[in-house]
This record gives sequence, structure tokens and C-alpha cells, in this order.
Amino acid sequence: MSEILSAFSIAFDLIVSLDRELIEIIRRTFLVSLSAVAIATLIGLPAGAVLAVVRFPGRRALVILINALMGLPPVVVGLVIYLVLSRSGPLGFMGLMFSPTAMIVAQCVLIVPIVTALSHQVLRELYEEYREQLCSFGATLPQMILTILWDGRRNLVTSVMAGFGRAVAEVGAVLIVGGNIAGVTRVMTTTIALETSKGDLALALALGMILVVTAIALNASAFLVGDAAPARQGG
Amino acid sequence: MPSLPLSLENVSLSIGGASLIEDVSLTLHHGPRTIILGANGAGKSLILRLSHGLLGPTRGSVRWGGAERLGPLRRRQAMVFQKPIMLRRSTRANAGYGLKIAGMPRSEREARVAQVLERVGLARLAERDARVLSGGEQQKLALARAWALDPEIMFLDEPTANLDPTATAAVEAIVNEIHAGGAKIVMTTQSLSQAKRLADEVIFVHRGRVAEQTPADEFFANPRSAEAAAFLKGELAW
Repeated sequence: MSEILSAFSIAFDLIVSLDRELIEIIRRTFLVSLSAVAIATLIGLPAGAVLAVVRFPGRRALVILINALMGLPPVVVGLVIYLVLSRSGPLGFMGLMFSPTAMIVAQCVLIVPIVTALSHQVLRELYEEYREQLCSFGATLPQMILTILWDGRRNLVTSVMAGFGRAVAEVGAVLIVGGNIAGVTRVMTTTIALETSKGDLALALALGMILVVTAIALNASAFLVGDAAPARQGG
Repeated sequence: MPSLPLSLENVSLSIGGASLIEDVSLTLHHGPRTIILGANGAGKSLILRLSHGLLGPTRGSVRWGGAERLGPLRRRQAMVFQKPIMLRRSTRANAGYGLKIAGMPRSEREARVAQVLERVGLARLAERDARVLSGGEQQKLALARAWALDPEIMFLDEPTANLDPTATAAVEAIVNEIHAGGAKIVMTTQSLSQAKRLADEVIFVHRGRVAEQTPADEFFANPRSAEAAAFLKGELAW
């Protein structure tokens, strides 16, 4: 018991003293996951909007597929990206294996379906509400898509944050393609896994606390942003 | 090219196997305020949507000034819905949205928007989120938004169905102003008194068919169809 307590106190010290290794790992974690979520947003929001507005054969099947892909197991994604990026793989010549770039790619693959599926839900509802009025104005498809993206922006923040939450908390994919190399590809989750298995709990606990605070702050702000939209007002 | 006269020729509409509109033929000309009158579920709204091109007929054809494709003519028409569709934007942005879609430059748009908001009495609420306006204000905003387009035809689908008498009177006054400005008015209602106040011409719809299209004076004094006569007496058998 006293061992755990002392680990806690060392963890607090690490956080309060802004330990260099700790800060470096946090910085890299956010760099990787924010990059992944930025790319996933650029792909997922337009894709969600197109799926909400454009009718084409196979649309329903595609929506079902994307929703199903939200549950992709991270380790399997890591494995597949590993095969693609490894020296003998199709993109091996790019030399991306065990780099932060490879980690960004892996997280991107994981969260594009999440951002797409969640924004599709939001935009679908909005489009159903707007459809007749937009048609009446003779709006073109691109005009319709831009309109619902703009008007749905508050709720879309929630979709993007859900993607970020998944990326930052995920361990399996970045562990495989990043390799957990100290000072290069080590992020919060992989460090926690490693330090815990080594029995060195202090750094793991410090990072764990920061990760929990990040996740809670993220969900709280997503809730607040969504709640600020006056959707429930009006008569 | 004008989109009037607008004609429905032997138009039928089925949705999911149910026949909702059956063999409707009618022509709308420039000028008179046309009121489409009928009971709930008679098919009034569907005829309006077919006329505005929001729905395509299952059989038959709709022609706008002789053309079978609406295309850019859509921009010469505007529609106000029973439940106003408010974009999640300010009152001002809502009023200017149709003009923006039509590609009017911002400077012209601002003047036009200020003018229509003034006319419907919403100028002081211009910056407010449109979705916190009252029901009556929202419907006035929907009218202003449609009016801003300076349409050749204005379709109105029971615009006062959810409004109190004061707001109803205000909406009717705006409709008359729009008509006075030269627009063709095509409006549905299930209210006999409203039809009497507004109609120059009545199209009476019963069970997905047009029972008659008659000048208003004649319709209320001496309807041609048995269904309309029963409706006027308040004893329409359903």
C-alpha cells in the first residue's frame, strides 16, 4: 500500500515540477493525435456531408460500413499499417516505419470512420429539416453541403472531439507502428503500458492522471459546446 | 422566360403504393390570388409541391410557361411552408439566404434584406437568432425571405395553420402586399373564412382530386361540385 502511495507522491512531483521527460511525452502525444484528428476532420466532415445530401446507389451500405468501422480494433489497424509501411510492404520505400508520421496514419485510419459516421448523423438530421427549403431556393449540391456544414458546426465539434478522444486514448495501433522508442515515438498510452509492466508506477501514474483529466475536459467541453447551441429554444 | 401559366396535366402521384393525387389537371394564370381549399389530407400540400417542383408526378406532366423542366425557373418562384424552416442563423442571415444562393452580391443583398425586414416588421430583431423568434415572427421571416427573391409565383402552404388570430391577420396582410407587388399567390388553407378573405379564385380539392376551379364569388355563392357544397355547409362526408 505504501508503495502505491509513494508512487502517487512521485507522480505529483513529476507533474508539479514539469518533468522534462513527462512534458516531452505529452507534447508528442498531442502533436500526433491533433495531426491525426485534423486530417480525419478534413476527410470526415465533407464525407459525412456528402453521405447526408447526395443520393447514390450503395449509399446505405456505405453508411452501414462506416458505422461498423467505428469499432475497428486498434491493434489490427496497427498490424495492417505495419504491413503496409514495413520495409517489404507496398509503401516501405517511404521509410515511415517507427516514426510519428506512421502513428498519425494509424490513428487517422482509426478515427476517420468515427468522425465521418458521427458527422453524418448530425448532418443527416439537419438536412432533413432544411431539405425542402433548400430545394425551394434552387440550391445546388455544393451549396447545400456548405450550408449544413456551416449551420451544423457546433454539433460537429462533438464529432471531432470524439475522434480526438479515441486517438489520444488508443494504445495498440501506435505501439505497433511507432515501436515505443524513447524520445522518438513514445506517447502517453504506450509509456503507461511500458512503465507499468516494468513496475515503475510513478511516471505511469502521472501520465495516467493527465490522460484522465484530458479525456474528462474534452468530454465536458464537447457537452458545453453542444449545449450552447440554442437548439432547444424557440417556439 | 416566365413560369406562368403553370399547368398540371393529368397529374397523378403515388407514394409507397398509395395513390395520393389522382388525375389532376389545372392551370394557374398570372393575376388572381388562387386559394387551394380542402379538408385535412385532401392533397392540397401535395398539389402545391408538385406545382413548385419539389415533388415529381408519378404520371402526367407539370409545365411552367410551357417548359417541362423547371431548371432556373425555380429561382423565379418561392415557397413558404406551414412550419417555417428556420436556418440556424440570425434573422438577417435567414432573410438574405435565398438571395445568397441565387448569387446576388452582398451589397445589393443587404439593401434588399433591410427593406423586406422593415416591411414585415422584423427590422429590430435582425440580429436575433431566428430560432428564438415566436411562431408568428418566424412565419413573417419566412415570408420576408421569400419576398426578398421578388418571385413571380409565391406558394404558401397553410402559412397560418399554427398561428394566433393576430399573427394570422399580419400574415394575410403581408400576403396581400406581396400580391399587390405583382406576384401570383397560390396558397392552401383548410379555413373557409380565410379563403373568403383572400381568394380571387378557389381550387377545391377532395380526396386527391380537384373537384372544381371556380372564381371566388361564384364558388362561395354557388359551388359547382357536390363535395364543395357539402364542405361549405360544414357537412362534408369523409
